[in-house]
Amino acid sequence: MESHANEILLRWIVLVPLLGAAANGLLNRRLPKQVSGLLACGAVGVSFALSIVVFLRLAGMPVAERFLSDTVTTWIGFGRLQVDLAFALDPLNAVMALVVTGVGFLIHVYSLGYMAHDAGFQRFFAYLNLFIFAMMTLVLGENLLMLFVGWEGVGLCSYLLISFWFNDEANAAAGKKAFIVNRIGDFGFLLGMFLIGVTVLPHLGAGEGLLSFRVLQHHAGALAPAATAICLLLFLGATGKSAQIPLFIWLPDAMAGPTPVSALIHAATMVTAGVYMVARMNFLFVLSPAAMNVVAIVGAATAIFAATIALTQNDIKKVLAYSTVSQLGYMMLACGVGAFAVGIFHVMTHAFFKALLFLGSGSVIHAMSNEQDMRVMGGLRKKLPVTWWTFLVGTLALAGIFPLAGFFSKDEILWKAFSSGNQVLWAIGFVAAGLTAFYMMRLLVLTFFGENRASPEVKHHIHESPLTMTLPLVVLAVLSLVGGWVGIPHFMGGGAHFEQWLEPVFAGGHHVVEAAHGAADAAHGAAADAVHHDTTMEWILAGASLAWGILGLLLGWLVYARRLGVAEGARRLAGGFPYRLLEHKYYVDEAYEATFIRPGYRLSKTVLWKWIDAGLIDGILVNGSALVVAVVGSVVRLFQNGMVRFYAWSITVGVTVFVLYLCFSG
Amino acid sequence: MEVTLTHYLVLATLLFLTGMTGFVVRRNAIVMLMCVELMLCAVNIVFVAFSRLHGDGGGHVFVLMNFAVAAAEAAIGLAILVEIFRRRRTVDVDDLKALME
Amino acid sequence: MDFITDHILTWVTFLPLLGSLLIWTVFRRDTIARLVALGVALADFVLSLHLWFHYEPGRGDDQFIERVPWLLNGQISYHLGMDGISLVLAVLTTFLGPLVILSTWKAVKDRVPDFLGFVLFLQTAMLGTFFARDMLLFYVFWEAMLIPMYFIIGVWGGQRRIYAAVKFFIFTMVGSVFMLVGILYLYFQAGSMDLADFLAVELARGPQLWLFAAFILAFAIKVPVFPLHTWLPDAHVEAPTAGSVILAGVLLKMGTYGMVRFAMPLFPEGVAAFAPLMSILAVIGIIYGALVAMVQPDVKKLVAYSSVSHLGFVVLGLFSLTPAGVAGGVFQMLAHGLSTGALFLLVGVVYERRHTREIAEFGGLAHEMPAYATVFMIATLASIGLPGLAGFVGEFMILFGTFGSETLPHARLLTVLAATGVVLGAIYMLWMYQRVFLGKLSNEKNKGLGDLSLREFVVLVPLVVFMFWLGVRPGLVLDKIEASIERTLAPVMAPAVDNHAPQGSHALGDGADGGPVFVVRDPEKDGMNQ
Repeated sequence: MESHANEILLRWIVLVPLLGAAANGLLNRRLPKQVSGLLACGAVGVSFALSIVVFLRLAGMPVAERFLSDTVTTWIGFGRLQVDLAFALDPLNAVMALVVTGVGFLIHVYSLGYMAHDAGFQRFFAYLNLFIFAMMTLVLGENLLMLFVGWEGVGLCSYLLISFWFNDEANAAAGKKAFIVNRIGDFGFLLGMFLIGVTVLPHLGAGEGLLSFRVLQHHAGALAPAATAICLLLFLGATGKSAQIPLFIWLPDAMAGPTPVSALIHAATMVTAGVYMVARMNFLFVLSPAAMNVVAIVGAATAIFAATIALTQNDIKKVLAYSTVSQLGYMMLACGVGAFAVGIFHVMTHAFFKALLFLGSGSVIHAMSNEQDMRVMGGLRKKLPVTWWTFLVGTLALAGIFPLAGFFSKDEILWKAFSSGNQVLWAIGFVAAGLTAFYMMRLLVLTFFGENRASPEVKHHIHESPLTMTLPLVVLAVLSLVGGWVGIPHFMGGGAHFEQWLEPVFAGGHHVVEAAHGAADAAHGAAADAVHHDTTMEWILAGASLAWGILGLLLGWLVYARRLGVAEGARRLAGGFPYRLLEHKYYVDEAYEATFIRPGYRLSKTVLWKWIDAGLIDGILVNGSALVVAVVGSVVRLFQNGMVRFYAWSITVGVTVFVLYLCFSG
Repeated sequence: MEVTLTHYLVLATLLFLTGMTGFVVRRNAIVMLMCVELMLCAVNIVFVAFSRLHGDGGGHVFVLMNFAVAAAEAAIGLAILVEIFRRRRTVDVDDLKALME
Repeated sequence: MDFITDHILTWVTFLPLLGSLLIWTVFRRDTIARLVALGVALADFVLSLHLWFHYEPGRGDDQFIERVPWLLNGQISYHLGMDGISLVLAVLTTFLGPLVILSTWKAVKDRVPDFLGFVLFLQTAMLGTFFARDMLLFYVFWEAMLIPMYFIIGVWGGQRRIYAAVKFFIFTMVGSVFMLVGILYLYFQAGSMDLADFLAVELARGPQLWLFAAFILAFAIKVPVFPLHTWLPDAHVEAPTAGSVILAGVLLKMGTYGMVRFAMPLFPEGVAAFAPLMSILAVIGIIYGALVAMVQPDVKKLVAYSSVSHLGFVVLGLFSLTPAGVAGGVFQMLAHGLSTGALFLLVGVVYERRHTREIAEFGGLAHEMPAYATVFMIATLASIGLPGLAGFVGEFMILFGTFGSETLPHARLLTVLAATGVVLGAIYMLWMYQRVFLGKLSNEKNKGLGDLSLREFVVLVPLVVFMFWLGVRPGLVLDKIEASIERTLAPVMAPAVDNHAPQGSHALGDGADGGPVFVVRDPEKDGMNQ
């Protein structure tokens, strides 16, 4: 425990942004904008610096011992139910911490420029800092419940930031939708936690925290019988947060928030939380092939599904949003085929280039006086040179062009899918990759090439963004360019450093499998090794996917820049329906509306409230019994006529009859 | 002539019937109150008579208590009647039906 | 000070009554009455802090005991005591007291001294209910709660206040009468009204079932458990803000407190027989309350129905008969008192300004009242159980406990259904929030509404602080109640899972499977606090 100072640092990585949020939130408008922005950026900057410190410390440790933990206090302590307020660092969340605070810092700086004229400047930075706090709690949490705290926290911040401009009720509705859809996922997450807790509870030794990852991993054998159910429940949570089928519907609407928010929360960090969680729980997922299959299939399906929708969207942010959904699908696909490290690799590279693309689009929107419709853009290449060049880098990275970041991670995912025997999933991912290149080229052409189609007034205002906005773009462009090089695979002569770095985290999962299945399947291991040495197939697939990406870009160029009218022709040919289907996002929102929301509302209002509550219980049972009393009373009251002499007569007659009865009854 | 228990009882019965009849047939509230007093008086006579017969002082105690009750009743009753008269200008019980509601 | 600390429970209980008598008789001027009431409530809170800091949680037994023979040669006695469960609820009561009084500063304008007197009187009745350890004394306090509440709703309420007050009164009365019969039955068995003697009575299964039903009816109406809840929305809508806060904050917990303290430990067989039914009703209440809350056009009614949903969680936790579930239930009582109390206060704030609570009348309030909107947001989040706020810990422990319950049939299915309440809670609260606070400020009448005043801040900030505090450090409360729960529910609760052997359906104190033996408390011996 010589490294105590470093372990204490963990809590400060989380707490410093909270302090920033508190300062900005409580003082709000009393804080000058410069001070507010400086505080917020400073807080995240400190967090980032601390992350680097602990990362280096971790890297300096022997591979097997790479683990730091910081237990603040007991959070919930009741009998055997012991959950600590604790943070821990291992290679997996060290990477996440760097990405979140690093990209987060850049986006904070960018927001200084982007939000400079907004009345809610301080409130914005308070939320943004709060988000970093929640996200770091999620990432650094030592146990599943801490992860859940962050999980809900980022959901809250997402809600607050989507509805940031709440003057427009549509934004408020989008925020609410995001929160509620996420809650549906959390419902699964919660139940997953309960199942884990109840299953593992009888096996816990003294002093072992109930939901601590390390403890759970240690007891993974005990969890094996329930693994499928647990993993599916947890995965339901992940589909909410990471916008997978069937809960992806909130993410496109979430674009109602300010663009830096879309970049930070809805592209680079928060939405990858689901992937992180699945990777974090890898030791359980590997125990359940069924759950793994579900993860892989849902991931692949989401990837292609969202990519097709992205083809037809006209809002620049919506295209990027569906692209994000699609890329998240890739990450899930990677996890589903057991390549957790590659999934995380894609999380990282995607954070770079998708943040870049969103910030670039923000720069475009900023220049276009808040216009988001690509149909009235065009020709911005000359006027926004920095934005254009960086955006181009981002596009190529996303399209998976060698040697940019996206190439390595996406190609690796496809290879893992292929080599794990899931050729169908590989094919789906492969097709989606081509679509990605196509729609990104469409976006690029519509925005940056051709004539500008905006009104003269807007045209007049077009200008390159200030340095606070372009600088993060440049940094992210560089990262998108070189970010993938840390994971150059072996067959290309690279060291696959990224995978090696994460090896200790995911190796645990394999040990668990071996422990659970008794003897390790030696033959399988040997086969895997054999595949590893035969690199021909890898070369072929990598080449194919590069060629396919370039082809996608080329087609996009031909269709939209050269105006071949293919899109128009296809639309007519198919009677317009498939196109409309895509334009309306497969009518998924409408379907949910018709099947759940409206019937649910009507059921509640008419049946439950009006009929059961007011009608049956209150009307018939409660007031009904009151009515019976009233009827009886109205008969009896005939005798109470207010005539005192009538009463006197009654008494007299009554007493007389009574006395006579006593006398003669014997 | 020796006064026996029977005499007392007959007197009490007559007194009670007078009171009861008056209470039932008269409409003036003051008269009705006085009739109530008559009935109470009849009861008192019975108490005293039996007390004497059994040589037990309990009857006397009850009579004393009855006095107190009767006095209180008369006081409150008359006070209420005065108040009613002030408001309604009548003490005819057939006109007073407020008890109905 | 000794003469106070020696009879601390009596002081805490009756100080408000003293205050109310003073206000009724001496301090009849509005402002003075307000100041005296506030002073008394604050003093009572300070006194209750003495309890908080001097209570020894490790033992979990009744402490600060006071016992004076009262009637029938001491068969009925003035017997007060306090364990952890009573402690936390009593402190919640005294904590809400000053806030409630402060909230009425401007809202109540006529018959101010009468109103404040009733509030303080109610305070005494509630505290007495939590401390009473003699069943007749308990019943007296229990019924005494009705009187001030009846007047608070009936005199200072809204349009249909008489209907609501009578409904409230009759509903509660009906249940209480059955309980009284049950108490008398037990009294003739035990030969005393003391709770400890009641606990020592050994009853056959048949009477246990009947008695449990009689008791649980009284408590279930108070909670309220579906389908006995229809008095609640009416009472809440018609009651003045202060009445709603007390009603939601403390009065509803009387029902769940009664279950923990009396119905469950007294009749283990009854619990075994009725737990499935109660838990099903609880789950129905959770979902039903949430769905009906969703479609309410009136903010206050929405919050009222949300109480039905939240209290459903509490009942579910109690009847899970697991330590975590029961503790979660008790914790949730506090959390609900804070969050729903705050919500009613907040609704009162806007009602004072606009004299309407129709959601459709609002929209975009966040523009005019940003601080108000912020506090409302926090209360909303606490209500829907966001981690870091009080509501989450309670819900989590309840659901976790229920999920792992080995005595409840279909425990896991019930948990799954109950957990949908978490989703529904977010739907109805956030939807309401959106319609009231977000969007454009469309209604002209809402322009120029002032934001929170200093007084309103003072009322709300303590609640917000404790929402966070309990959310981050639930140990503050859990430590106090842990031993008491174990002790109180020893007759019904499955023993803590130390051994892997499957648990018997009910360890009715036979101790065969290592479960705790039925504990008969002797108040003379244990817990005489010096």
